Amino acid sequence: MLGMSANSVSYNEQGSVESGVDAAQENSSIPGSISSGGAASSLFSADYKKNEDLKEMLESNKESLKLEAMKRIVGLIAKGKNASELFPAVVKNVASKNIELKKLVYVYLVRYAEEQQDLALLSISTFQRALKDPNQLIRASALRVLSSIRVPIIVPIMMLAIKEAATDLSPYVRKTAAHAIQKLYSLDPDQKEHLIEVIEKLLKDKSTLVAGSVVMAFEEVCPDRIDLIHKNYRKLCNLLVDVEEWGQVVIIHMLTRYARTQFVSPWREDAVFDENSAKAFYDSEEERRVDQSKPYIMDPDHRLLLRNTKPLLQSRNTAVVMAVSQLYWHLAPKHELSIITKSLVRLLRSHREVQYIVLQNIATMSIQRKGMFEPFMKSFYVRSTDATHIKTLKLEILTNLANEANISTILREFQTYVKSQDKAFAAATIQAIGCCATNISEVTDTCLNGLVLLLSNRDETVVAESVVVIKKLLQTQPSQHSDIIKHMAKLFDNITVPMARASILWLMGEYCEHVPKIAPDVLRKMAKTFTDEEDIVKLQIVNLAAKLYLTNSKQTKLLTQYILNLGKYDQNYDIRDRTRFIRQLIVPNEKSGALSKYARRILMAPKPAPVLQSAFKDRDRFQLGTLSHTLNSQASGYLELSDWPAVAPDQSVRNVEVVEPVKETGAPALSKSKHAKSNEKFYSDSEEEDGEEEEGSNSEDSSSSSSEESVSESESEENSDDSNKSSSSQSEKSSSESDSEKKKTLKNKKPQQQKLDSKDRKQKNGNAVKVESRSESESGSESSSSESSSESGSELDSDSDSGTDQKKNTKPKPVQSKPVIKVEKKEVSLLDLDDFSPVPVTTPKSSILSPNLLSDLQGLLISPTASALQASSPVFVPETSHELLHRMTGKGLSAQYRFTRQPCIYGNSMVSLQLTLSNSTDQALENIHISEKSSTGQNIHRFNAIERLEPQASVTVSMGVDFNDSTQAANFQLCTKEDEFSVSIQPAVGELLLPITMSEADFTKEQGKLVGMNESSATITMTPENVSSQSVNRKVVSVANLGVIPSGQENIYRFSGKTVSSGSLVLVSVVLKDPDAVITINTEKTVMGSMLLRQVKTALTNSGP
Amino acid sequence: MIHSLFLINNAGDLFLEKHWKSVISRSVCDYFFEAREKAVEPDNVPPVIRTPHHYLINIYREKIFFVSVIQTEVPPLFVIEFLHRVAETFQDYFGECSETTIKDNVVIVYELLEEMLDNGFPLATESNILKELIRPPTILRSMVNTITGSSNVGETLPTGQLSNIPWRRAGVKYTNNEAYFDVVEEIDAILDKSGTTVFAEIQGVIDACVKLSGMPDLTLSFMNPRLLDDVSFHPCVRYKRWESERVISFIPPDGNFQLMSYHISAQNLVAIPIYVKQNISFFETGSSGRLDITVGPKQTMGKTVECLVVTVHMPKVVLSANLSATQGTYNYDPVTKILLWDIGKLNPQKLPNLKGSLSLQSGAPKPEENPSLNIDLKIQQLAISGLKVNRLDMYGEKYKPFKGVKYVTKAGKFQVRT
Repeated sequence: MLGMSANSVSYNEQGSVESGVDAAQENSSIPGSISSGGAASSLFSADYKKNEDLKEMLESNKESLKLEAMKRIVGLIAKGKNASELFPAVVKNVASKNIELKKLVYVYLVRYAEEQQDLALLSISTFQRALKDPNQLIRASALRVLSSIRVPIIVPIMMLAIKEAATDLSPYVRKTAAHAIQKLYSLDPDQKEHLIEVIEKLLKDKSTLVAGSVVMAFEEVCPDRIDLIHKNYRKLCNLLVDVEEWGQVVIIHMLTRYARTQFVSPWREDAVFDENSAKAFYDSEEERRVDQSKPYIMDPDHRLLLRNTKPLLQSRNTAVVMAVSQLYWHLAPKHELSIITKSLVRLLRSHREVQYIVLQNIATMSIQRKGMFEPFMKSFYVRSTDATHIKTLKLEILTNLANEANISTILREFQTYVKSQDKAFAAATIQAIGCCATNISEVTDTCLNGLVLLLSNRDETVVAESVVVIKKLLQTQPSQHSDIIKHMAKLFDNITVPMARASILWLMGEYCEHVPKIAPDVLRKMAKTFTDEEDIVKLQIVNLAAKLYLTNSKQTKLLTQYILNLGKYDQNYDIRDRTRFIRQLIVPNEKSGALSKYARRILMAPKPAPVLQSAFKDRDRFQLGTLSHTLNSQASGYLELSDWPAVAPDQSVRNVEVVEPVKETGAPALSKSKHAKSNEKFYSDSEEEDGEEEEGSNSEDSSSSSSEESVSESESEENSDDSNKSSSSQSEKSSSESDSEKKKTLKNKKPQQQKLDSKDRKQKNGNAVKVESRSESESGSESSSSESSSESGSELDSDSDSGTDQKKNTKPKPVQSKPVIKVEKKEVSLLDLDDFSPVPVTTPKSSILSPNLLSDLQGLLISPTASALQASSPVFVPETSHELLHRMTGKGLSAQYRFTRQPCIYGNSMVSLQLTLSNSTDQALENIHISEKSSTGQNIHRFNAIERLEPQASVTVSMGVDFNDSTQAANFQLCTKEDEFSVSIQPAVGELLLPITMSEADFTKEQGKLVGMNESSATITMTPENVSSQSVNRKVVSVANLGVIPSGQENIYRFSGKTVSSGSLVLVSVVLKDPDAVITINTEKTVMGSMLLRQVKTALTNSGP
Repeated sequence: MIHSLFLINNAGDLFLEKHWKSVISRSVCDYFFEAREKAVEPDNVPPVIRTPHHYLINIYREKIFFVSVIQTEVPPLFVIEFLHRVAETFQDYFGECSETTIKDNVVIVYELLEEMLDNGFPLATESNILKELIRPPTILRSMVNTITGSSNVGETLPTGQLSNIPWRRAGVKYTNNEAYFDVVEEIDAILDKSGTTVFAEIQGVIDACVKLSGMPDLTLSFMNPRLLDDVSFHPCVRYKRWESERVISFIPPDGNFQLMSYHISAQNLVAIPIYVKQNISFFETGSSGRLDITVGPKQTMGKTVECLVVTVHMPKVVLSANLSATQGTYNYDPVTKILLWDIGKLNPQKLPNLKGSLSLQSGAPKPEENPSLNIDLKIQQLAISGLKVNRLDMYGEKYKPFKGVKYVTKAGKFQVRT
């Protein structure tokens, strides 16, 4: 269409005048009959008249009148009004000279041809003629309109036209042909076989213009004919970057399915990732067979796909980014997955609808791989302006990401959400708290207590949801919580939401033996109000009565009978049924059979605790990014992603015998000749001539493998040990290998490879260095890609919990009635709601809300002194981890630790550590734990023993150590079932601090108090690149876990923190006096002060990032 | 893929329909209306709705719902992204994308939609190509058109569609060759009650307006490219060059376009330009509350904060506000419950303050949560991340272009919790 109009000049010269006359003549016989029909059928005279004048306009000789009429008709179509009776008048203008008029006629024709098939045929001859036009645009547009006319009778004509167009010289016409295939297929599915032939032909096409459209046709017509793809696979991979964005999405989805049928799973042995796979890229068949002895080698074609899709993660089109992400998710080795994280998080800045889809996919991913998104946790914080479904999804993801290290941050965040004005969201938050509580046993009690506090909330939905969640939580816990149940019983009168009332009653019944005094009383009250209750509550009253009757029949016999009588005459048949059943079951009479003997066992059977799990648990059965995944049900036309084959199908099917270099055959000479130079630069294939292919090919391999390596490094510590092993054992080999590799690639070089390789020619400059760095050691390679990925994770986590620290400083340890470990008790306030007013009118005092807890809460309210020194979140969390136990000394067990810089959840004077244990043996290690006897005086919170660590697996646990504000190493024994290893953790002084925020005035005030002995300072000369505020801040916070104090003066930087154990203030200030800088540290802990000074000094004098 | 498109306004009137395959009755939209009803707020309408025979994927933009009808499995983002592209094209053509402009230009809209999709598959979505096919309306041209009867349809060949550089048309000619780049950074942040940063990051875009003759090949380099954490590019940017040299090398489209967007995460210590002291409290008795907000400069790098606006979404029970502002004007809309305080320029010597009382609906319980504040601001001539463009080089053409770079910092999703 666009073509026809565009090239009208030449078209019109070539005899469209005649055709116009033709059309007019052909049509001239028809108007009479139609107009009479139209008049008869048109009951609405207004409409009739209106269309009548349009008809007159169309039949006039004036172009402008015709155009005006067509514009009005298009307006009618747009509004959805029927304009079909004008068909004969309109179709006459199909061969008009005026381009716009002609276009509008096309619009009309395509819309109504189906309804007026006979008349539509009149226009066909015009198109047939245009199909032979020398101008490619006219040919294309004729085919486009012809194939859009849904008239079955012209199927043969369309088929012929498509076949011809598929061999057209112009790629633009071939693209149109690919589109036409789908149209014809939907019109007449019987043509399938012929159409597949055309698709097969077009798939071989080397134009980027055609690729997307033909793959689309393939997907629609014959998605199961995977064999058609084999020969084109490598070509499609290589063209992908240059295909237009919409085509990219379609091709990526198709290739994902293809790869799942053709390659073996890269997931089986995750840890042993073979570096050589990338190098083995174009190796000959024999070599591949030799390699078979190794555990897993990625098919080079598999690698090709991953490599060529990676740059598309930077696309501006969100659909493309999502498509690549799902491709990596379904095809890439697990340790390479982390590269998609950043891009997905970036999409969250996009429109609401995009966010919705992306969050759904992240939710599914985060269930299986927490680690991927944990560093970006804060991107999922909810804003009050988010739409409700966005909020719920973010909540879901936060819940999935929760682990022992970040739970305090997450709960603190949830605390804000619970107070949201959006009550549905608040309720969802409570559910989420429940989920966290069950998943992380350390915080169960905290959450439970927090939820109990919520019971006094003013909002009904919040209370109801809390009750329901508490019920679930109590069920998962052995019933040591009778005081909570008592508390709930007392609140019962004020709770009106039926679901909540029913839940409380159920709890009463289930644990009636723990609250023997209260339960009968509740039943008594319920007997009074039975008739006014909702059905769901009534059922639970009957239940409670039955259970009490069985356990405490002396007190409740009469009550139960009364309730059963009420239930017997209830309006609801469910309740009548239940009552009848219960009566037969529990009340012994002569008729009752064997069952009543077991009544107690039936009713009081221990019930399995409900599993609180994510709604996205089983979403991964659908391919990510699909409509089916979004709906969580199979959409029509969804193609299942097959499982990996156990044995890879023949790889040679993808070999292409002769591949000539790809050229844009149909590109117009105009742009080629005029701008040949720029085109060449842009399109990689033209770089072939550069004659540098040899190096190019090698550089690509090495660079890609080195970047992979660094990805795996930064992703987790778990693999590093293995790579250490491989690097040490292969260090000499790999360098020599890469040489031989080079020779081989030279030999096996094929034209297509050259093309591919030369694409990356630019990377060749870093070649030598990279190879070296890989073989020698694990030191970071310099390629920029690796750097960005290794930096990605480090902003980790989270806020500290100001409440906790606060309280610890100002309050005596709370005494509690029940036996709870004191560590846990301390962080009750994690979920305390600081707007919780001590005595709302209705809240009864219970043992749980004991005075000491209330005073805890008040400690949270910000008092003047408190506001001066508030604990804050770490500004920077370093990613570096330190070796605790080497693989060699640990007989295959290796351990690394890093400081999380979070307040420790195990104790307030402890430093929080994250330990990564990996097993590099080939047997599972059992019972890994820290021995009870610690050799030094430090108090250590041990992680729970790990029962079993599979070979090549690794696990991350968190532990706490109280270093007593000294840098003395903590020594302890790391034990497995068989062995014991002495290990020690030596903390850097900066890790023994927690950041706090204070105002500038407070800082100066505190600094004034800590002078003399307590002050240490030094003058240094700054390197110029360190002078900016950003770099000073960054350097200091990377050395020590300090908070940054916003400064009013340009050249003074202030940082504050406190020691973890004793809570003494540590104040650091850096004053710049060009080119010198004075560092001053004020703290009571003079030893720490001087050590810290030394470290800050080194950090600020060193250059580099 | 995309079967049909319906445009529906906020009142629920369906004012435009377009079908790319066979016609689907507009009654399919009843399912959408049902969902719309249920969602109450237009923002809460689920983007994907299932009906017995079709799937409706919709976006909400400029008070218009773009509802597309899908029949078979398709990546939902594909459709969503395309619909947004349609809305952007309308905006590009008519200056704004509203019901009125669409109705006024229904013929052009129809022609555009016809070109953008073929059989439901995107065909031409680049604005450069579309503008060659269908000329955007201008006042002058529409007047000339009515007199002479000529049309908006272009008569030249859409060369871009066929060239290797689909985003640029051939034969561009300007008498003044100029290239302008706007570095626009937005701060996304959540501050908590005490002013501590809970979360902060910078989202930046570089918008370009390039009016250069011929086929220029540009290279843009930064002083500190390592700052950029994550980037996405216009298709014209050569990704390989960025990977290896950290420069942006491209043949630009003609006219306005977004060259790249980037992301700087919290790790790099985002500077927060202002602080907010607030005290909003609701009293237990007397159905009233108090509000006191002061805004002051924090890390502004010596620049002036302009266009400062504080928006508060008040709880439903707040009936009216009786406040006084030391600077700027405030307005409380009792229907939408939005308090808007337009401060303007921030004067560090005399901090703006808004203070007064709120009256609540009598009898209603006091709100649980204090409303959070949304801040809007603008700082000229500053990229808060410190990003600096080093130089712009042009190859491939002989003339000397005029070059310019402008920096602006704005508040993005900047929220202060109370």
